[in-house]
Amino acid sequence: MVEHIPLELPEDPKLAGNITHFARALRRAGLPIGPGRVIDAIRAVEAAGVGNKRDFYWTLHACFVNRPEHRRIFAQLFRLYWRDPRYLEHMMAAMLPAIRGVQEERPAKPAEKRAAEALLDGAEAPPRDEEVHSSEEETLIEVDASLTMSSAERLRSLDFEQMSLAEMAEAKRMLARLALPVKPLLSRRGLAAPRGRIDAARTLRQALRRGGEIGGLALKKPRPRYPNLVVLCDISGSMSQYSRVILHFLHAVSNARGAGWAKVHAFTFGTRLTNITRHLATRDVDAALAAAGSEAQDWEGGTRIGASIEAFNRDWSRRVMGQGAVVLLITDGLDRDAPENLARHMQRLHLSARRVIWLNPLLRWDGFAPKAAGIRAMLPHVDSFRAGHSIASLEELAAVITRPDDMGEKTRLMAALRQS
Amino acid sequence: MNDLSSIDAVQDLLGDQGYICGRALGTVVFLALRLGRPLFLEGEAGVGKTEIAKALAAGLGRKLIRLQCYEGLDASSAVYEWNFPAQMIAIRAAEAAGTVQADNLTQDLFSDRYLIERPLLEAMRPDEQGAPILLIDELDRTDAPFEAFLLEALSDFQVTIPEIGTIKAPEPPIVILTSNRTREVHDALKRRCLYHWVDYPDFTREMEILKARAPEASEALSREVVAFVQHLRTEDLFKKPGVAETIDWAKCLLALDVINLSPEVIADTLGAVLKYQDDIAKLHGSEAKRILDQAKASLEPA
Repeated sequence: MVEHIPLELPEDPKLAGNITHFARALRRAGLPIGPGRVIDAIRAVEAAGVGNKRDFYWTLHACFVNRPEHRRIFAQLFRLYWRDPRYLEHMMAAMLPAIRGVQEERPAKPAEKRAAEALLDGAEAPPRDEEVHSSEEETLIEVDASLTMSSAERLRSLDFEQMSLAEMAEAKRMLARLALPVKPLLSRRGLAAPRGRIDAARTLRQALRRGGEIGGLALKKPRPRYPNLVVLCDISGSMSQYSRVILHFLHAVSNARGAGWAKVHAFTFGTRLTNITRHLATRDVDAALAAAGSEAQDWEGGTRIGASIEAFNRDWSRRVMGQGAVVLLITDGLDRDAPENLARHMQRLHLSARRVIWLNPLLRWDGFAPKAAGIRAMLPHVDSFRAGHSIASLEELAAVITRPDDMGEKTRLMAALRQS
Repeated sequence: MNDLSSIDAVQDLLGDQGYICGRALGTVVFLALRLGRPLFLEGEAGVGKTEIAKALAAGLGRKLIRLQCYEGLDASSAVYEWNFPAQMIAIRAAEAAGTVQADNLTQDLFSDRYLIERPLLEAMRPDEQGAPILLIDELDRTDAPFEAFLLEALSDFQVTIPEIGTIKAPEPPIVILTSNRTREVHDALKRRCLYHWVDYPDFTREMEILKARAPEASEALSREVVAFVQHLRTEDLFKKPGVAETIDWAKCLLALDVINLSPEVIADTLGAVLKYQDDIAKLHGSEAKRILDQAKASLEPA
């Protein structure tokens, strides 16, 4: 019944050529497609026939797509490549985001720009004009910015849903360096290993299966156990410059393979707490951040840190903080609520976590002093207090995140707190 | 033998088994059968990934061999194992009889008689009904080494046993792999398969599925149930309800002799649809009524 089709090109060599070109376009858009897949696709098209456009679509889909986040890119490219009548109009919309009229009528869908660029192959999109008013503010603030900040700054000012291929690659390269490595915790559980200590229980179990005959000694080594990482990210108005970059960073951390963390839980808060963990699991960063953005309702609104941490302690703490999680708190500490409440809930958070690390972007100024009531309330209840405004500062964080003795700037600021 | 010369034929075959599949899924299954490629299905829990293997086995009249993956799955529980106690008995018996001839005994001990076949090896064996269907379920639960092991089995359809040699399937089995995507399966494995992401069905398809799976439910109730679940999926929930939940819920409502959905009934039976406390808490009170009203409003014009 199941018959292997001999590898022959179909009657129409033009179709095979077209499929090959289509595969090349997909490859340029970032789908991992090797020549083997192209041959598969040609065979599959031959098996299924090309009578029906929908069947043709799904036939190529089955061969070329192997991740859910690639489906959208595939759909866009398919439509562009196999000539849709509205092809030009969409292409214009995707390629000319700077023209306001077009952009506002129909915002380019995520992935469409990537698809369009992959097809045009090298034809650069016109550079976007950076918003002038915002860059004026930047120059005022960024006096001590290091060189890496310039590219980070540009990425930050970009609409995060619609990064182009080049910018995406740049962001990925930068964020790939920013994975947070973690050292395993000591554990008393064993793991089968080729060398190590004798695992008496397993040796006996294996012997029992063989009628009591010991065939060999089973060995074990300590099983490494990794802590959870819980990230609480402030997305209120005062943090809006950072929270978007930080979310890219969170996406990289949650998707980094082999970085260690048992689980990464991510929450955003402004006036209320939102769990965005599931959205960050989407591997396509555009889609993940779009989903996270639509989930969190309070982008750039006010801040209620106390209430948000209270909500976290009440609803989530016991579920995600088991077995010594590390908490990364990213906020500027400018709270609208009463500091007593904030202090109490920070203390609770501190007591239930292995470590609480506070990243505060305001700390980049040398003259930073803990004056705001919120900062004064929170500072005693964190283990480490660090700046989080640049790639460099995040790299520093990565270097020390599992060092139990790292205090960051806490000592200096606690001294300042006592003096004032 | 069933005729599977076109995509329509595959869709009909699955439809006869009560599995309603869309054109997209039908195309992929057709290609998997024609090209002899493993089929890799991903999707949220409860969208019918495992069911398709069962439906295909029933429809084609083939044997279904299921390998349920779990963490720590190893070759001895996935491929084969020697029946050690039986081998020991054979040795003792031979000793007692006093007719020990070392060469013969060894040959005898490592023969098929003392081989316990596990799913992967079983799938390589010829079957009188035709090549069996091998379902490797929830592949994302195993660890990476086992995936690497599957590469050999799936690309060459052969298994190597040191004492016997390589066993090659005379006719390659139809392989279906499923994953809930709790982790990413390695690209090397995916590359050897045809991939399909099984999505939630739209309203009409879900109605057809419900009709096939819970035929005793009345048309009016089914429409309300499906419309409500469809609206529920657009809500911001921690875990969206799958098709399996829709069917379960319809059966629950039937058992309770419900004729029409009301907010009270929904509150009582919500546990069949939503499996997270946060989601259930979210839908208590007026929220359920709002979604129900929306769902009913969307049914009106039809």
